Amino acid sequence: MNLDLALLVPECAMLLLVAVLFVQALSAGPASVAAHRWLPLGALAVLAASVVALPAEGMLLWDAYKVDGLSQFFKLCVAGGFCIAVLNATRQPTLEEGKRADYFLFLGVSAWGLMLLASSAELVTLYLALELSSYSLYVLIPLRGRTREGAEAGVKYILFGAAATAISLYGLSYIMAAHQTTYIAALAARDWSWAASPTAVVGLSLFLCGMFYKLALFPFHFWCPDVYQGSSNETAAYVATLPKLGAVVVLVRLAAVLHPGLEITTAIAWLGVISMTFGNLCALVQKDVKRMLGFSSVAHAGYVTVGLVSGTAEGLAAAAFYALVYVVMNLLCFWVVARVAVDGRNLVLSDLNGLHRRSPVLAFALGVGAFALVGLPPTAGFMGKLFLITAAWNHGYNWLVIALALNSAIAIYYYLSLVRHAYTEPDENTSLPAPDQSAFSLGGAVALAAATLVLGIVPSPLFEKAVQAGMALFG
Amino acid sequence: MYPDIPVLSILIFLPLVAAALLLPLRDDETVRRVSLAASLVGLAAGWPLIAFNPDAGFQFVERMTWVARWGLEYHLAVDGISILMVWLTLFTLPLCVLCSWTYIGKRVKEFHVCLLLMTSACIGVFTSMDLVLFYVFWEAMLIPMYLLIAVWGGAERRYASIKFFLYTLAGSTLLLVAIVAFRIAGGTFSIPDLMQQTFGFRFQYWAFLAMALAFAIKVPMFPFHTWLPAAHVQAPSAGSVILAAVLLKMGTYGFLRFCLPLTPEASVHFAPLMIGVSVVSILYGGAVALGQTDIKKLVAYSSVAHMGFVTLGIFLFQKSGVQGALLQMLNHGIVTGALFMMIGAMYERSHSREVADNMGMGKYLPAFMFFWGLYALASFGFPGTNGFVGEVLVFVAAFQQSLTVGALIVPGALLAAAYMFRVSLRMAWGSPSTAKTWNDLNRREWAYLLLPAVLVLWIGLAPAPFLRLIDPSIDRLLADLRGRAPVKEAPLALNHADAVRHEPPAILASAAIAKEVRQ
Repeated sequence: MNLDLALLVPECAMLLLVAVLFVQALSAGPASVAAHRWLPLGALAVLAASVVALPAEGMLLWDAYKVDGLSQFFKLCVAGGFCIAVLNATRQPTLEEGKRADYFLFLGVSAWGLMLLASSAELVTLYLALELSSYSLYVLIPLRGRTREGAEAGVKYILFGAAATAISLYGLSYIMAAHQTTYIAALAARDWSWAASPTAVVGLSLFLCGMFYKLALFPFHFWCPDVYQGSSNETAAYVATLPKLGAVVVLVRLAAVLHPGLEITTAIAWLGVISMTFGNLCALVQKDVKRMLGFSSVAHAGYVTVGLVSGTAEGLAAAAFYALVYVVMNLLCFWVVARVAVDGRNLVLSDLNGLHRRSPVLAFALGVGAFALVGLPPTAGFMGKLFLITAAWNHGYNWLVIALALNSAIAIYYYLSLVRHAYTEPDENTSLPAPDQSAFSLGGAVALAAATLVLGIVPSPLFEKAVQAGMALFG
Repeated sequence: MYPDIPVLSILIFLPLVAAALLLPLRDDETVRRVSLAASLVGLAAGWPLIAFNPDAGFQFVERMTWVARWGLEYHLAVDGISILMVWLTLFTLPLCVLCSWTYIGKRVKEFHVCLLLMTSACIGVFTSMDLVLFYVFWEAMLIPMYLLIAVWGGAERRYASIKFFLYTLAGSTLLLVAIVAFRIAGGTFSIPDLMQQTFGFRFQYWAFLAMALAFAIKVPMFPFHTWLPAAHVQAPSAGSVILAAVLLKMGTYGFLRFCLPLTPEASVHFAPLMIGVSVVSILYGGAVALGQTDIKKLVAYSSVAHMGFVTLGIFLFQKSGVQGALLQMLNHGIVTGALFMMIGAMYERSHSREVADNMGMGKYLPAFMFFWGLYALASFGFPGTNGFVGEVLVFVAAFQQSLTVGALIVPGALLAAAYMFRVSLRMAWGSPSTAKTWNDLNRREWAYLLLPAVLVLWIGLAPAPFLRLIDPSIDRLLADLRGRAPVKEAPLALNHADAVRHEPPAILASAAIAKEVRQ
């Protein structure tokens, strides 16, 4: 067994961070209180390690673990997302001081699982990494378990998650039975048409259910709005972003077997269309901001499938790029939500009324986030959508592209309502505490808004990385 | 003359820099002064554009790679079609700043930032030679415009702003699909490069429909016009001015820049539909305007009719028609912009836009009524004003094309005269309900009303320099169209040597032509 630790720099850095958090969580007394003070620096160190490790390439653990452009790209995204999620959660008002180390420990373990997921090139490894990233969330989501919504969210996430896992594992057994291998590289060379191997197609479909659950793609989306609504703002910010990145990396790896025209590819394309439409239509009527963002994420899961089914390196790169910009723009929205709801409450749309008066910077950042999620230029959301539809056009799924465009039109209304409430509605609700106007809060909002704009104006460097990763998959 | 100066980039980014400069300012008066200075510097920065050579095609080209993987470029240039629009935008900004000086009292800084962002995006739209860059500016303009209506608008501003945003953005999503389709079919996003290529009729058919929907909403053409009166009426004066002067032109500019050169056969195929809709827009806009008692609403509906003349001129495929259309784009920008500024000035005095509340102004506000009269005359195309030149060119093309089309739009012109005369007469000589203590125009108002008046008369009395500026580009556009889609040549060309070459009146037998094209 070869185990070159030089190839595992980001994973090792994250594991080290988790280990320190573990020790701190075990130690009673004032030591455990200080976790949130040093953790942002630790998360930045992991991010730096991921940047340093970008060029690394190699195979480990009997070729079950692949370090390549794709995995390094996603590890960098996970490290970046983790960094922001940690910063976001450092002031979580609903969390007891003494439990902060535990909270961050679970976040760290989940992120570590996602990093492992990025490099998994074999289905069992992939499954284990997926579970590792999920278990911590089973603990984090019911943190608000004393409330009705919190308990519901926790139970739903665990039960649906367990069911999806079971289905996934069941599908894995079918794949192994049909093709006698679990290595993705070997599986990519097999025939995945229904005529050639119906067992394998059924197996892959079932296996993909697990990923669709993480991605909240229709019909595996039921947990999503409830969990967002039921968990604390900061936890929802994490659940809404990073696990999706993990699901996308797996789907991008598996996309090597999804050629345009195959029955399963077409089925995914249809799920994508239904997901977009259903998510957007449901989001239209929501008043709870997090619930609305939950349904919008169902729609965004549908958008990602446009890149996945295109069957080209550019398509996979577009899906990867879109997943990343989705994380950034969603974290931006959640950042603002967490900063406005300083007492940890769930915001409804009317709570945003007159935000531009109470905090012009947060209102502006929310505007950038909302317009980015719509896909308006010059934000990253626009570039992400442009890359998706350019990559997918002419590969047999033009109808999917048109569905995406039409769905973007539907989505305008509810994203615009975020801006509308922040800018044009009078501020009559005086019971709300003043938003967090500290330098930390505003600095974070400005930085995320700037990232959303910069990725829209200069997308090339990151997109090229994604394309190189996509090319590597296609050999 | 100015080979090394990136004039167009300067024009685009100068307002952005000015907007950034406004951010730290606290005092409203300083904000207004800096904004005015920036708008005048912007106008001055457009000076190198006078070196524009009408015969030389795309000029002031700036081209660099943006996203190499997809062939996206930062590619700017102007030709005879776009240069007038760039001038119009540059010219409109200082007027908007001046007419908002006392009109806008709340959140002054943010208001001026939105105006500057709008200007930047509008210049970007008219100078982009890359489809995606064009789309970026096209959409980016929506955000400041939405805020202008939603934050500084009238009582129904929320409804109007959402309607405006939803309509225009929903239309443009299909434009994005068309843009991507062009990239896949033509291998590039570059507009000049795509103009060299020929696409199949089936492709053109769908691409035309997708683009035309976005442009028709922006123009707006009947039946996609319903957002316009709401937006115009609710927007603050400067918002209405920029909406009328520049934003609506983007739709007709889109037809000229994209539909005709990139989908020539489909343009010919759909010409009867476009002509029909244009005629309906002219008649409907005029008829509805006639029934209005709110002066701003009246001018808003008159815009639907005026823009109908523009789209009609474009889809007649006659030289005089396109000349008239382009000139009308400029004219409408100047005249309707000026009318909206006057309505703003009137509202500041009477706090009402109803005709009944603003009667008898001839006695109290002679200077105001003089300018109103001039712009009202120009609006319905009185000889000697710019409106006449533009409309007559479209009329000539319409009658050459078909007697029926010509006859159908005559009532449109009469309606325009009727509603403008009706409202102007009452404003000038009607009996005021109460004694008025209004002051006539102040120096600031003189400044922003005099400039458009000079242009009204200049274009009205001596249109030749303007026509010379646009003629070669129109020739190239139509020659290209005729080369790729068999449009019957137009016999008339004003101020051009071709004018002597008469041919029988061209009748656009579009169905037959389309059949010919498909064969």
